[in-house]
Parts: sequence; structure tokens; C-alpha cells
Amino acid sequence: MRSSDAAVAHQFDDAVQQAEAARLGMWTFLLTEILFFGGLFTGYVVYRLSYPEAFAAGSHHLDVVLGGINTAVLIASSLTMAFAVYAAERLRRRGVMLFLTLTILLGSTFLGIKWVEYAHKFEENLVPGASFVSPEGASSHVELFFSFYFAMTGLHALHMIVGIGILAILLAAAFRRRDGKLNANAVEMTGLYWHFVDIVWIFLFPLLYLIGRHG
Amino acid sequence: MTESSPSIGTYVGIFVALILLTVATVGVAFVDLGVLNVVVALTIAVSKALLVALYFMHLRYSGSLNWLFAAAGVLWLVFLVGLTLSDVATRSWLQATGLSQF
Repeated sequence: MRSSDAAVAHQFDDAVQQAEAARLGMWTFLLTEILFFGGLFTGYVVYRLSYPEAFAAGSHHLDVVLGGINTAVLIASSLTMAFAVYAAERLRRRGVMLFLTLTILLGSTFLGIKWVEYAHKFEENLVPGASFVSPEGASSHVELFFSFYFAMTGLHALHMIVGIGILAILLAAAFRRRDGKLNANAVEMTGLYWHFVDIVWIFLFPLLYLIGRHG
Repeated sequence: MTESSPSIGTYVGIFVALILLTVATVGVAFVDLGVLNVVVALTIAVSKALLVALYFMHLRYSGSLNWLFAAAGVLWLVFLVGLTLSDVATRSWLQATGLSQF
């Protein structure tokens, strides 16, 4: 069941074609994002292979509990986002507003927890730079691990902030549309972006938080 | 082209699966499997990503053009990581032959 958009731009034959074009366009953008994050992941792979003990040592200073909670929070936000798209397809304005709000709240919770984690790192002198102090028994390469940690989770958090901003715009638009003509395609495209950001974290979490945790 | 969409029940089921896989990956991380730790962690991560892509992102219900775009992204990532590793991971081979002076 697909709703038609409020307006069809003149270059498209119909609303279905317009929606498909938007979908392909968003997937193209997500392709560039895969390679965008991919560069950082590649750097991570190279240096983890070079300094495995330093990376394990660094990983042990990350909070698995907070990281795990954040993973669950983000997965839940993908569920509420999927519900928002489901409601938008069926032109259910109240459902859209409810689930967009929940997604924003869950995304903000994620960022809040990340803020707490970053604050801890500052207190523990584990932020790369002049104030960095290598933890006891660990080599100086631990600072490299934390460079990757901050760069990768920082870039990810930036994507979350942008995503929340877009969700807020969609929420405002849905709020104003009392005539029931929701732009379901816009909600769906935002959903694709949001799920992608979730997928990035699905890889970030084990690669950063779960190195050499056994023994 | 109209596509079918997953039901609410399907979405909830995928969500539960994702949470269970997350618990699994954390649990397995605390068990010493040697080299397999990384393999298991990545396998679980790829499975979670597939579930999100296929169901939440509707890839399972999309036409082949969408599949092509998604696969292309993964393919180029494989090139990036694969070719980089083929260089970095084999540098010790060159030193062994004494040719690294060139």
C-alpha cells in the first residue's frame, strides 16, 4: 500500500516514478556514505592489525554497558522510525507524529549517553592531544586507538545530529498538515538515512568496544 | 511499481532478533575463542546489518535496481579494505626477500 505524494514534479510521469527516483537518489547518497565511513574503517583495520595490544588496551577503557545500552537504544529508534514510515504510507498523521517524536527522543538519548562517555574520557585523560596520558602498562599507541574512537564515533554522532534535525523538520511539517496530505516519501527517505546510521553503529560497537574482552 | 511492505509484526520480530544478536555479540566477546572472536563479532554485525537493510530499509521488497545500488556500495568497500590489506598485510613478505630496499 503506497500513498501518493502531495505534488508530482513536472519531470516525473507520476508519483510512483517520483518516489522511486527519490529512493534511488537516497541509496546513491548512502553509497557515498558507505565509502565515507569506509575510509575510517579501513584506517582502523590497518592500525588494529599493526598494534593489536594497544587497541585491546584502549578498548578496555570504553564502557561496554553504556555502549551496549546505546546499541539497544539505536536499534529501538530504527524500529520507531520504521513505524513512522509505516504510518506515513497510510497517511496516519498522528501515528507519524508519535513515532517521529519517539525516534527523536531515542536518538537524543543515544547522543546524551555519548556525551557522558566523552566526558569520562576527558576526566580520564584519554583524549588524544597534549592532555593524553597513556594508561598504566599500555604503549603509546593507545592514543592512536582513541583517535579512531573519537573520529569514528564523532562522525557518527554528527550524522545523528543531522538526522535528528531532519526528523524535527518532518515532525513540524506533519504537525502543520491538518489536511492529511503527508509527504510519505520524505519520511521514507529519512528512514533510509536513519537506518544507515544505525548500521554504521552496528559495526562501530563491536569493533571499538569489544576488542579482546575475554580473559 | 507497487511494493509490499513489512507488517508491524515483522518489524517487531526483526527488532527482537537485533536485540538478541546484540546480547550474543557482547556475550561471545567475553569468551576466549582466539582468532574466532573477530570472525564471530563481524559475522553477527553483518547479520544485524542485513536484517536492518532487508527489512527496515525495505530492500527485500524493492526492485533489482535498489539491490544493485546497495550491492555496489558494499563491493567498493570490499575493494577499499581488500586492496589496502593486500598491501599492508604483506609488507613483511617483501622484507624477507631483501627487495624492500627498492
